[in-house]
Amino acid sequence: MLTNMQLTRKSLEYRRDTLRWIKHAGAGHTGGSLSCLDILNVLYNRILRVSPQTFTSSTRDRYVQSKGHSVEALFVVLAEQGYFHESELETLCQYQSHFVGHPTRKIPGVEQNTGALGHGLPICTGMAIGAKMDNADFRVFTLLGDGEIAEGSNWEAAMAASHYKLDNLTAIVDCNTLQISGRTSDVMNNEPLAEKFEAFGWAVKTVDGHDLTALTEALEKPLVLGKPSAIIARTTKGKGVSFMEDVGKWHHGVPNDDEYARALAEINTALAALKEDSL
Amino acid sequence: MYSNAAKAMAAQLGLTQGRANLEVFAETLQQLATQDSRLTAVTSDSRGSGKLGPYSQALPKQIVEVGIAEQNLVGIAAGLASVGKNVFAVSPACFLTARSFEQIKNDVAYSDNHVTLVGISAGVSYGALGTTHHSLHDFAALRAVNNMTIVAPADNFEAIESVKASAASNSPVYLRFGKAPLYDLPKHADFILGKARTIREGNDAAFIATGETVIHALLAAAHLEQSTGLQCRVISMPSIKPLDTAAILAAAAECKAVVTVEEHMVNGGLGEACAAVIAQSAFKPILKICGIPDEYTVTGSQADIFSHYGISMEGLAKTMQTILSV
Repeated sequence: MLTNMQLTRKSLEYRRDTLRWIKHAGAGHTGGSLSCLDILNVLYNRILRVSPQTFTSSTRDRYVQSKGHSVEALFVVLAEQGYFHESELETLCQYQSHFVGHPTRKIPGVEQNTGALGHGLPICTGMAIGAKMDNADFRVFTLLGDGEIAEGSNWEAAMAASHYKLDNLTAIVDCNTLQISGRTSDVMNNEPLAEKFEAFGWAVKTVDGHDLTALTEALEKPLVLGKPSAIIARTTKGKGVSFMEDVGKWHHGVPNDDEYARALAEINTALAALKEDSL
Repeated sequence: MYSNAAKAMAAQLGLTQGRANLEVFAETLQQLATQDSRLTAVTSDSRGSGKLGPYSQALPKQIVEVGIAEQNLVGIAAGLASVGKNVFAVSPACFLTARSFEQIKNDVAYSDNHVTLVGISAGVSYGALGTTHHSLHDFAALRAVNNMTIVAPADNFEAIESVKASAASNSPVYLRFGKAPLYDLPKHADFILGKARTIREGNDAAFIATGETVIHALLAAAHLEQSTGLQCRVISMPSIKPLDTAAILAAAAECKAVVTVEEHMVNGGLGEACAAVIAQSAFKPILKICGIPDEYTVTGSQADIFSHYGISMEGLAKTMQTILSV
């Protein structure tokens, strides 16, 4: 398993690359990509039993990114994991590119086409039921946005996942507290979120969504046998770039040249500090 | 469903009374599931209305209940398909194709998960239960979804064959079944997804019909031959998408008039699909689209509603005579 230091470095590199490709494409969901990157980092480097070589195996773990708009983060992680060469992201969102602005199965490593919200949890519930029917031991993970929680289909699936005792299913909610129109608490308050999942029969754990150790502990096995797991990940939108953090306009803001230079400088400084620390 | 004259005509044609497509669907599905352990039915509190009671008794490990939650029905079906199940998601057509439309578009069609969506008690099968329970929009809605096959079987033979073909397919399919007993059409051969079936030959005019209206077109054609001498071709078009354009163009080229018939609103269904094919060809037959007009239907049984809107032997014969002025 990678060390925390190695993982911390990856998080910074993922953030750097995510900003780079969003800047290159001139489009993207910057804030939400940055808020979920530590979660993706832990999933792909510590939790998911899947690789480019095993992606067609029926027993692989499944990850479905329900908050599909944060696709830039996913593409960067998949490229780093070796599903495709990073240079293919040159075409992101361009005419005739396979790299659409939301996850698509045209891209190796993407399980399902998502982007419309409220779809990942029902699909993953079906996958997890299928695993139980076959006595297969793979696990199923989905990442939801906290704004996305307002979609009623999530709660249909939450009820079914509990009914079928799907302890092979984990839903991670990226609670960055902002959505396109403002504070999630103002647009449509979802709190108390942990209690809602508990009331639906889920095992729930709330963690700092940027704490790699806490995320690892929360995700490495089902929280409780016989129940689906909900991980409420408290995150910061735009995490890792000071002027983007917790600022709504970066939901799908693309940095201008000056902003990009400043953001990159911050991340590079953190990377340099990391190198010194590790010496 | 049938006037005494229509029943007499059916007897003259030697047609025998079959069963409801819904019933033969459930039996066929159970037979297939017995042979294929991957086959899984998913229901939304609809196993009774889907006639799947015996299936669920015989194969309890091959049925998943999701409760009254049609969005979840289709999402779960897509997830099951993606992990290797051969999935039939069964729900009343009215809810399945409207409530779950985005799940059908994205989770099934766009993600290319092989789910067979089974719309039960389709069209106006629920009759007097009213508009909430009618599916007169499903052809139009699903025709606008890429990677979707749409099938409305006309009799038990077409129903059985469509279930088998869908189970053997690798792509999304929508099957549409009614719950009224149907006559068996005289031809029990040549069922291929995407292909028309010519039920009766004729070159004066053509009926192109789908689903449970085909029998009425056949009776109308026989009635017209006896009363006017008109030789009407009757084409059963179980597949709304893909559409057998060759059969449509042949009818348009060889016949003076084409009358389309469907248990669907005239907007966006079989008729408009045929009209688009014909209008973009060199052929200019007289064209009439028969279906449910753009209005909330009268209250009544499926038979009452069909009769009210001229989907009957008498109504269709009259329509043909009117447009041909004979």
